[in-house]
Amino acid sequence: MTTRSFGSGIRRREDPRLITGKAPYTDDIKLPGMVHAAILRSPHAHANIKSIDTSAAASQPGVVAVYTGADTDGVLAGMPCAWLIPGSDLKTPEHPAIAKDRVRYVGDAVAVVVAGTRYEAEDALEHIEVEYETLGVVINPKAAAQPGAAQLHDDVENNIAFTWAVAGGDADAAFAAADVTVSDTITLPRLIANPMEPRSAVASYMAAMGELTLWSTSQNPHIARFLTSVVTGVPEHKIRVIAPEVGGGFGSKIPYYPDEAITAFCAMKLGVPVKWTETRSENYLATTQGRDHVEEVEMAATSDGTITGLRTTVYAGMGAYLSTAAPGVPTILHGLMYSGAYNIPNISGTIYGVFNNGTPVDAYRGAGRPEATTLIERLVDLTAAALDMDPAEFRRKNLIPKFENGHDVATGIIYDSGDYELTLNTCLANADYEGLRAAQAAARAEGRLVGIGMATWVEICGLGPSQVAGAVGFQGGLWESAIVRFHPTGKVNVMVGSSPHGQGEETTFAQIVSEELGVPVEDVEIIHGDTDNTPMGWGTYGSRTTVVSGGAIAFASRKIKEKSKELAAHLLEAAVEDIEYDDGRFFVRGSDDQAKTIQDIALMANVAWSMPEGMEPGLEASAFYDPPNFTYPFGTHLAVVEVNAETGHIDLQNYWAVDDCGVQINPMIVEGQVHGGVVQGVGPALWEGVVYDDNGQPLTGTMQDYALPRADLLPDINVASTTTPSPHHPLGLKGVGEAGTIAATPTVYNAVMDALRPLGVNRVDMPLTPEKVWRAINDAKNGG
Amino acid sequence: MFPSQFTYHRAASVAEAVELLNGNEGAKLLAGGHSLLPMMKLRLASPPTLVDIGQVAELKGVSADGDGVRIGALTTHAEIAGSALVQERAPVLAEAASRVGDPAVRNRGTIGGNVAHGDPQSDLPTVLTALGATINAAGQNGERGIAAADFFTGLLENALDDGEIVTSVSVPGVASGAGTAYVKFSHPASRYSVVGAAAIVSVANGVCSSASVVVGGVESTPTRAASVEAALAGSGVGADALAAAASAVSGDFQGDAMGDVYASSEYRQAMAGVYVRRALEAAVARGG
Ligand SMILES: Cc1cc2nc3c(=O)[nH]c(=O)nc-3n(C[C@H](O)[C@H](O)[C@H](O)COP(=O)(O)OP(=O)(O)OC[C@H]3O[C@@H](n4cnc5c(N)ncnc54)[C@H](O)[C@@H]3O)c2cc1C
Repeated sequence: MTTRSFGSGIRRREDPRLITGKAPYTDDIKLPGMVHAAILRSPHAHANIKSIDTSAAASQPGVVAVYTGADTDGVLAGMPCAWLIPGSDLKTPEHPAIAKDRVRYVGDAVAVVVAGTRYEAEDALEHIEVEYETLGVVINPKAAAQPGAAQLHDDVENNIAFTWAVAGGDADAAFAAADVTVSDTITLPRLIANPMEPRSAVASYMAAMGELTLWSTSQNPHIARFLTSVVTGVPEHKIRVIAPEVGGGFGSKIPYYPDEAITAFCAMKLGVPVKWTETRSENYLATTQGRDHVEEVEMAATSDGTITGLRTTVYAGMGAYLSTAAPGVPTILHGLMYSGAYNIPNISGTIYGVFNNGTPVDAYRGAGRPEATTLIERLVDLTAAALDMDPAEFRRKNLIPKFENGHDVATGIIYDSGDYELTLNTCLANADYEGLRAAQAAARAEGRLVGIGMATWVEICGLGPSQVAGAVGFQGGLWESAIVRFHPTGKVNVMVGSSPHGQGEETTFAQIVSEELGVPVEDVEIIHGDTDNTPMGWGTYGSRTTVVSGGAIAFASRKIKEKSKELAAHLLEAAVEDIEYDDGRFFVRGSDDQAKTIQDIALMANVAWSMPEGMEPGLEASAFYDPPNFTYPFGTHLAVVEVNAETGHIDLQNYWAVDDCGVQINPMIVEGQVHGGVVQGVGPALWEGVVYDDNGQPLTGTMQDYALPRADLLPDINVASTTTPSPHHPLGLKGVGEAGTIAATPTVYNAVMDALRPLGVNRVDMPLTPEKVWRAINDAKNGG
Repeated sequence: MFPSQFTYHRAASVAEAVELLNGNEGAKLLAGGHSLLPMMKLRLASPPTLVDIGQVAELKGVSADGDGVRIGALTTHAEIAGSALVQERAPVLAEAASRVGDPAVRNRGTIGGNVAHGDPQSDLPTVLTALGATINAAGQNGERGIAAADFFTGLLENALDDGEIVTSVSVPGVASGAGTAYVKFSHPASRYSVVGAAAIVSVANGVCSSASVVVGGVESTPTRAASVEAALAGSGVGADALAAAASAVSGDFQGDAMGDVYASSEYRQAMAGVYVRRALEAAVARGG
């Protein structure tokens, strides 16, 4: 009867409307009387504002209003930081939505013009006169943390926003006793998330009712509502946040931004709806960026090839202010993962969150884990080299052996389940590792620079137990909820608090309901993204939506199944204990020719003509799922590159991925996530990175300068998987949204370093642009 | 990303375009818009008036011109790359046009806009200089031809007078038997050339009898690699000879080599040697 689709790669139902451009985004919203905002942004990375004269701008054609920071005094609260890491001496200096007397990065909002059309607003911006007094600028996060560096916030000494430590075992003793130690300094470039859709907000305020509606490009509308309430003072129950179609986020649409608050402010002041949409240039200045780490790292091992210790000192650039979730990224999502996929008994890390004169940094796909995986995997390769061991063999020796239900690591977290060696072996077999090494040896004999790199990685995701969220200072919960509602015709609406935006959960969530209750997958509609018609939820990020929302959907479906059984027993005049369920049908054990389908049940529950004693009408259930632990997906990736010694060009020739994200609801979507993730992870290894000049001016301010991965520069990606269910998840799911991004950066970086090894080159700063590689080669040749 | 206000005119003929250009202070021609519009959106250019020549039929198309070709200013990169006439008579131009940007850029961008814009990272100025092409222009004082070597006068500067418009480019046919090649080091983001090298080489009895070698991307205008040409004259064309000749290119840069965040001037100059050698090798291999 039912087409079983759980576990099969059915097509993504969201694609037709997305691909044909029919789906409405925030910028498509047009309200009667709507006016348009444009934001003046600081051209200086650090300056005092001596004066602002808006009079000329105010008299430009079409201009409705011009506001500066002073106008928001007493109206808008400062922008909140919502991840307050305990025990880290965290400083949260004031972050006004519109700068008041000082700007701290190129892109800081200075004033806003509201006009009848977007063009009029943009033209009027040029008539605002701002007198600046420029101040010293600091960009490199390590340099920013040194005494004497330019200070961004008067009350934050050495720009250090927080200092967070992670420790397990006795790292110093391990290093003292080690046979071999290696060290490195790794730079993870600052990255731009580059969603296809820039950010946008439309605000409408009904003063008579005191109601604020905000359409917003948010990955988490419920958090946006909560924080809009904090910043604007409008009570939470009078705010409706709607995230229509959201064209990608990659983490950059998690934060609550000044621009949304400014748009709401304008709408409340003016009493008419206001739209603000970011230009691509603005996106490159004002939308949070990722990574920006300087990592000083060391590994200790014994001569038999056993890793005994890891030490790090990390300078994590925060940009000019602490964005919504920023402090959690280089700490909880980074330092806790220092054991990687290995038994590393002794770990110590110190992470400095450092203000610098750049765009604020926050979560970007992988968020903290690529930065951890890169340093671990690089150190593993360096240690293997120091011991003259094959890096695959060295990994195998140190991987945590297979476990099915819990493994403690030195950083204090408990991995759920893993079979790391299986992914390593599968990947090596798929790639014909021995054959690759033989081909490499032959190429090296001809003087060619061929390299093989790998990463055996594990990540923390499926965020997460709310109790832990509280313990680590996250100013919210991390559970999800779902309402599953059957209509009389047997069709189903599922309302979720998470907010999928392209990942494919409208399809996979429907597959879950279909699997649990035997309804055809096309009879299930997923509703999300509107705080007025979805239950509370904490949003879509951290590879958590399928896992946590999916858990809530499964439990709500199971409640429905229980009620349906009772109703079926009543209708079939049998005892509940005698009712069996199979694929959408309820029947008395032994006589399955007389069954009630889930559709029969839905109809009866909705008309309620004959219900068991005391049973409420309707077929609807709600569940709140707070996961008992995080999930820990893992895998092995391997890449082959060839470096042109004459030019420094890197040819990425082959890529193999073996991922384990637990049970797969839809393997095609898993594969798609791995593909996209790998490409986004290769980006910073080879091409991507924001560059500022000494004055804090971005030199990579357009897509003509900031090099995104291009299809013609990438090989086919060979994707395979293993399945190790999460023991604590109702469906065995682990999450896959960030896997590729976490694995690919170290995989490709290691491959290039392996290619350069015969020349004695051991490190080059990412991204590995041809010139940097060429210089490293020449320096090595000249005995440098 | 929102240009300042401007007035838009569409010209129906070259004469009308010239008239509109001269009648409106600060007016700019709009061809494919692939260089002008991005600058306007970033407000790096704010012309008060645009004169769209996109519909001027007399500016379009490729025709035979003696033993060479004449290419209308509005001809797109894709049309040039796909033209049988260009492929036959000036294959190096077709090759360069096929390497411009990506398909969208090649379908919109025009040869007239490309040379008039004069971006040092462009491909066509390099090749047209190597080919000894002539840029034909029309203005209030009539028509004239300007040798490519004289046309590019500086960063985004050219020899056009105010109010003059490029009508076509005349490209002489490549001598029979000559081998040609254009090789480029593409910027990973923009696809413009970090370094581009064009070579036209004739070989007789195993000896180079003539060579035209031009490098783009390093200086603000195309650099004629006179030292390379001199080294090639009468030389053999084996790998070592070509490598030696190519390395002479370092002597051809006049000290204004450019650099940016992606590639320093030192690196660009070093890459010029590599790309000139590659161009020479390909040209020699294709000749005969
Ligand atoms: C993403 C991208 C990648 C690119 N990559 C490359 C590349 O790899 N190599 C390369 O060579 N180019 C590249 N380009 C540039 C492209 O080739 C442009 O098309 C070209 O530079 C300008 O041509 P256009 O027709 O678009 O001119 P427009 O943008 O319309 O005009 C450019 C300038 O020339 C003037 N102009 C136009 N036509 C005439 C005329 N007939 N007479 C006088 N003045 C005129 C205009 O007033 C303007 O000042 C790239 C562009 C983009 C956007």
